[in-house]
Order: sequence, then structure tokens, then C-alpha cells
Amino acid sequence: MKTLAELEAIRDKAREKMNIREDNSESIRVVVGMATCGIAAGARPVLNAFSQEVAKRRLNNVVVSQTGCIGMCQFEPIVEVLVPGHEKVTYAKITPDKVARIVVDHIVNGNPVMEYTIGHIMK
Amino acid sequence: MRELSLYILDIVQNSLVAGACEIEISVVEDTNCDKLTIKIADNGSGMNQTQKNQVADPFYTTRTTRKVGLGIPFLRMAAEQTGGKVGIVSKPGKGTTITAEFVRSHIDCLPLGDVVSTLMVLIRANPDINFCYKRVLDSRSYVVDTHKFKEILGDVPLDDPDVSAWIESYLKEHEVQLAGQ
Repeated sequence: MKTLAELEAIRDKAREKMNIREDNSESIRVVVGMATCGIAAGARPVLNAFSQEVAKRRLNNVVVSQTGCIGMCQFEPIVEVLVPGHEKVTYAKITPDKVARIVVDHIVNGNPVMEYTIGHIMK
Repeated sequence: MRELSLYILDIVQNSLVAGACEIEISVVEDTNCDKLTIKIADNGSGMNQTQKNQVADPFYTTRTTRKVGLGIPFLRMAAEQTGGKVGIVSKPGKGTTITAEFVRSHIDCLPLGDVVSTLMVLIRANPDINFCYKRVLDSRSYVVDTHKFKEILGDVPLDDPDVSAWIESYLKEHEVQLAGQ
């Protein structure tokens, strides 16, 4: 059984690492649309997949968050990736199996996955 | 939507848009009375009487991106198709409480589904907001309150990968325990 004492140990370990956590203003943001349209289209496992992939790769400068309806419900689940100093990239019809590639190619290596972008899908 | 846990995620989205920082979610199942009750209470901006009357209308929404709002109408449909109902109590400046009652054995009652996934999305994506989840199944129950975690964690955020992984397994263990016996 998980105990709260374990959480204390995790806290102490996290504190040691915290000084190397990068400044928040420089963070890369991943925003998942989580309104009725997004949820119905499968946004919940997509957000959890991003969180897990980011955690697995120890990417301390990435923040995963949720937002409401982005306004293009037919393209949900929609994910926006905001890299400071670069134009926002909007991905459409994302499924959990596409998440790892976005994290590796785009977030880690700086190359957006063009075939998943909304511009490509609308063509 | 195929699981009640997805409806919970959807309704909590309203609480977040309403600026809530304290959100209580409870799922209470009573097999004797054949009822499943989901309650979501927040301390957000609340609604006035006019908004409250309009909120179950699919053609009412506060969003500007399109003209329909299906969150509460969907929840109401899911509850009423089992013979249950949805109640809304709201006060401007105080917050909103939504209660949805389902008849468990009705053929149209959706399964509760993966509540842990719903909670993990909420906690990971909104680490500054407090969530209190209360789960009751007849005489068995548990409460998971992020206030309690934050007391222990201090300046370490809830979305720290090791912390959120721990919270996820903590929740899963409680779910398994509740379902077992």
C-alpha cells in the first residue's frame, strides 16, 4: 500500500533536483483542448500520454496543460505546442500513439511533425 | 461519451473556466437504493438565476468560438435516460454545485469508467488547483485530497513527474481496494 511517507521521500528527492529545473518563462507549453468536443473525441488519453512521455524523458522545461474549446471541433483532439521564440504549432486529430513522435521530433529536436499539423490535415 | 468519468472531466472544465480554485468531486454508489450520484462542487464565479435557467439549453453557451454548449445537456441526457436527474445549485460569487443521479441497474446507465484517468488529467494539467475526490461504494469509501499532498510537498509541485506518478498509483490502489472484497 502506498503511504504518505513515500510522498515525503519523493519530495526530498524532487527538492534536490529543483535547482536544475529551468525558468518557467522559457518553458515549452503543450496545450490540449479539453472541452466537450475534445473529450468526446479522445483528448483525455492524449493529455495523459503527453504527461507520461514528458516525465519518462525527464523534460523539466515542458508544461502540459488543458484549455477549453479552440473552435475547430471537427479536428479534435487538438494539441498546441508553444516553443518560446517560435510560431505556435497546432496539431489536429491526435491520438496517444502519435504523442511520442511529437515529443521526440518537435519538443526535443525542434522539428514539428508536419503531417500531423492542422494545415496538413485540412488540405 | 461512453463513460461517466468523461462527463466528470467535462463538467469540471466549466468549474475551471469559472475561475474555481477548490473543486470537490464525489461519486457515491448505493447498491441497495440502486443509485449512483456524481457531485461536482466548486468555488468559482457561480451563475445568476437567468444563466442557471439557460444552462441546460444546448443553444446557450458563454464561449465565443461557436454557438452551442453541450456539457450540461449531455450530462442531463445521460442521467435522465436512466430515470435519474440533474440538479444545479449556484450562487454568483460563491460557486456552483452540480449533482447528477443515475439509476445503476438501468440498461442505459453508462459505466463509471476510468475515474483515475480523469483525475490525473485534472491534477497534472492544473497543479495549482485543489481537488478533493470522495468515493463511496456502500459501506466502503476513501477520500483523496490534493490539499493533503500539498501540505507534505511544500514547494514541490503536484505536476512533478515522480509526484504525479505516485498520486496515480495511490489512486489506483484505492480504487482496487474499493472494488475488491
